Amino acid sequence: MILRQIFLQSIVSGASLLLAPLLMGWVSQLRAWLQNRKGPGILQPYRALHKLFNKDSVMADTASPLFRFAPYLVFGCMVLASAIVPTFSTELPLAKAADAIALVGIFALARIFISLAAMDIGTAFGTLGARREMFVGFLAEPALLMIFFTSSLIAHSTSLITIVHSLTGSSFAIYPSLVFAAFAFILIFLAENARVPVDNPSTHLELTMIHEALILEYSGRHLALLEWAASLKLFAYSSVGIALFLPWGINEAGSDISFLYAIPLFIFKLFSIGILLALIETFSAKMRIFRVPEFLATAFLLAVIGMLTYILLGA
Amino acid sequence: MTELSIQLINLFASILLLLAFAMLAQRRVINLVHIYAMQGLTVVSATSIVAFVTHQEHLYYSAVMTLALKVFLIPLVLHRLIKRLDIRWDVETLINIPSMMLVGIVLVIFSFNLSLPISKLSTSVTPGTLGIALACVLLSFMMMITRSKALPQVIGFLSMENALVFAATSATYGMPMVVELGIALDVLVGVFILGVFMFQIREQFESLDISHLENLKEE
Repeated sequence: MILRQIFLQSIVSGASLLLAPLLMGWVSQLRAWLQNRKGPGILQPYRALHKLFNKDSVMADTASPLFRFAPYLVFGCMVLASAIVPTFSTELPLAKAADAIALVGIFALARIFISLAAMDIGTAFGTLGARREMFVGFLAEPALLMIFFTSSLIAHSTSLITIVHSLTGSSFAIYPSLVFAAFAFILIFLAENARVPVDNPSTHLELTMIHEALILEYSGRHLALLEWAASLKLFAYSSVGIALFLPWGINEAGSDISFLYAIPLFIFKLFSIGILLALIETFSAKMRIFRVPEFLATAFLLAVIGMLTYILLGA
Repeated sequence: MTELSIQLINLFASILLLLAFAMLAQRRVINLVHIYAMQGLTVVSATSIVAFVTHQEHLYYSAVMTLALKVFLIPLVLHRLIKRLDIRWDVETLINIPSMMLVGIVLVIFSFNLSLPISKLSTSVTPGTLGIALACVLLSFMMMITRSKALPQVIGFLSMENALVFAATSATYGMPMVVELGIALDVLVGVFILGVFMFQIREQFESLDISHLENLKEE
């Protein structure tokens, strides 16, 4: 039994490590197609990771041990986050370690360390990026918590596994409160993963960059880890979205046969999310940084209304 | 079957509230018209489901009428009005959207609280929707107050009427057919009159900003 659990957990973790860059590549390839460009190919993130891992890492003279340590910590946080979110199986021994609230905490830990590391060198860009990252983060975090609270109200538990069980387990039911939560989640998803309306992942334009400014001083294997962590974060957020809003077909504990279609179904859902993301990014323009609070306040309010409708309608 | 229908009506009620908030946050006039049409479509869907569940035949007619009027005719008239007035790309400066949203949340809490005891007495299939409908009415009302241009105010008025129709259908299975016909005619005539009125405002003040109406003019 324990062996089986370890086996399942390693499959889920391994799949998330391998699939995360693929999702990133799929989204950028789709964006390229939508913009009438040829695109670098869906496997480009793997090639970039391979290149970066084979390069030497250059450190600034002023770098403290924190700077060296931060990429490993951020990568570890993201690996843990994608290990505890039920992707295609709910039988995850690690999932007991952290519930939805702790998941938000894991993301916050990664954010704090990457921001500290960016400020550590003392360049202007790093500080700018760190400030913007915290600015987006402190507005996005309460909204993300509210989204989790809405689904926790339905499931009477903050454990992601229990939420998935209660959403799929009983007979089919429509939850209007989850409609609000889903819209709020899309906004948070875009803001937290540095996607287009909030940040552009593919430029180094100093006026607008957030995520790129944070990791500007990193090179070689450290940069590779951070890029991988960024794609893992996108993957973890997509998995959370699937678990909360499209949980059907996730493998439940005890049945073996559904495992066969759970994985292809999960990959299909992931690719659909990629299509949605690419469409949103193509059809929206990047907004000014001072419009971001408005964007995230909307997300927070939608999540709060979701909770209120749950209280009013009881569903 | 009834269980599913009730859930669907609740879902449409929530979408109505979502669209009311979307309207509140929208800057472009043309998008307001699109949201208004979507709101109409939501009301049509909710009305036909209520008609199906309760076997009230006149609600089907009401749904068809709403479809023709609020999803096609009035948005069409508004589109032509926008084209004729040449305000297609108008962007309205609003008072701080986040604070308006916060006031909106307070309105939602207020109306939910207000309707909770009423809906407990209700015998309809979906007692919870009354609070949502009331919240939509108040939100549209707030939109009418806070907008400075004439056309968004008209759309706010129209969406308030949408919310009222929704409240009537879901709480009391609709008003008598005569009343509904009367209201529909009123709204239609109102839109036409307000359209003419807008041209007059534009001619007089060369702008649709209704704050010009507050100044006294001596000639």
